[in-house]
Amino acid sequence: MTPLRLVLLACLALAAGVAHADADTRRSGFEFMGPATQALQRDDGANPGMLVVAEGADLWRRRSGAADTACADCHGEARSNMRGVAARYPAWDEATQQPIDLGGRIRQCQVRRQLATPFAPESDGLLALQTYVSFQSRGLPVAPPADGRLDAPRARGERLYAQRIGQLDLACAQCHDQHAGQHLGGSTIPQAHAIGYPTYRLEWQSLGSLQRRLRNCMNGVRAEPWAYGAPELIELELYLATRDHGMALEAPAVRP
Amino acid sequence: MATRTLITVPPTARRGDVIEIRTLIGHPMEPGFRADAQGKQLPRDIIRRFACIYGGETVFRAELSPAIAANPYLAFHTVALESGTLIFLWEGDNGFSHSESVALTVT
Repeated sequence: MTPLRLVLLACLALAAGVAHADADTRRSGFEFMGPATQALQRDDGANPGMLVVAEGADLWRRRSGAADTACADCHGEARSNMRGVAARYPAWDEATQQPIDLGGRIRQCQVRRQLATPFAPESDGLLALQTYVSFQSRGLPVAPPADGRLDAPRARGERLYAQRIGQLDLACAQCHDQHAGQHLGGSTIPQAHAIGYPTYRLEWQSLGSLQRRLRNCMNGVRAEPWAYGAPELIELELYLATRDHGMALEAPAVRP
Repeated sequence: MATRTLITVPPTARRGDVIEIRTLIGHPMEPGFRADAQGKQLPRDIIRRFACIYGGETVFRAELSPAIAANPYLAFHTVALESGTLIFLWEGDNGFSHSESVALTVT
């Protein structure tokens, strides 16, 4: 091979490398699913998550608590006023001086504004409200807040993502970064982009939050799952949101 | 949670058109073979029957079984004959009964 050809080849390889770095290789879990499950998510008349959206729309307008107020009394019409909200969570909470996720914010609102007993984590009511609010951001890009106070918990989340846990001694990154697209048993391993939550999972036969999914994975590697609302789960959620920056939200998504 | 349904019917149709009707109902469809966290068997709780009545006539009915997943989805076709109401009926274990009606305009 002549030196000129070698130089040309090197240039080509470099160009290909640059093009590769520019192209977004992130893929939603949607793209790893079969066509039947994709069709189920696309069709609002068949997506079981839409039943929960309808429940959430009712709860949004229902007065409750000692203050006898509904979400709608303060926030107004969810379609316009809640648009883009879910894309910004988890966010920094001034009151508690720590990060808070959307479910946590709803529960906090119930206690502080409605003076009500908050819905239990992962309860039907909380999931319905969370899904209804998330649904208002469907199709919008994930936009994690640029708040510097979130940097430290976000970095802890990143460490947790790479931390080996459980009897199987596996980290999130080992399956979802190194082996994404390959198979674990009969299931395809997606890239861990949490853009469809709350998600209707066929395996659960119900809708669940991202925290349920994370706890599910922890059980899978035989680690002791963190409790719902634990700071570690919120830190992981924060880091995942950074990975998903700019990807379109899909809630309520359908996953196998 | 109150029973919720999603029903998709074209709002208008021409006489003689074949129309697609799609229904989804929120229901756990507990098959009766599973155990809870304490190992106690969960009693069966499923929808047993579904029917769609149009113009006083049953145009579609189905019997559901324990192997059918939660939130059963049923899609079927009928011929649009006259303007009227489509009545949807679900019946199941533990006295479960739910009905919905949707108006259809035939031109």
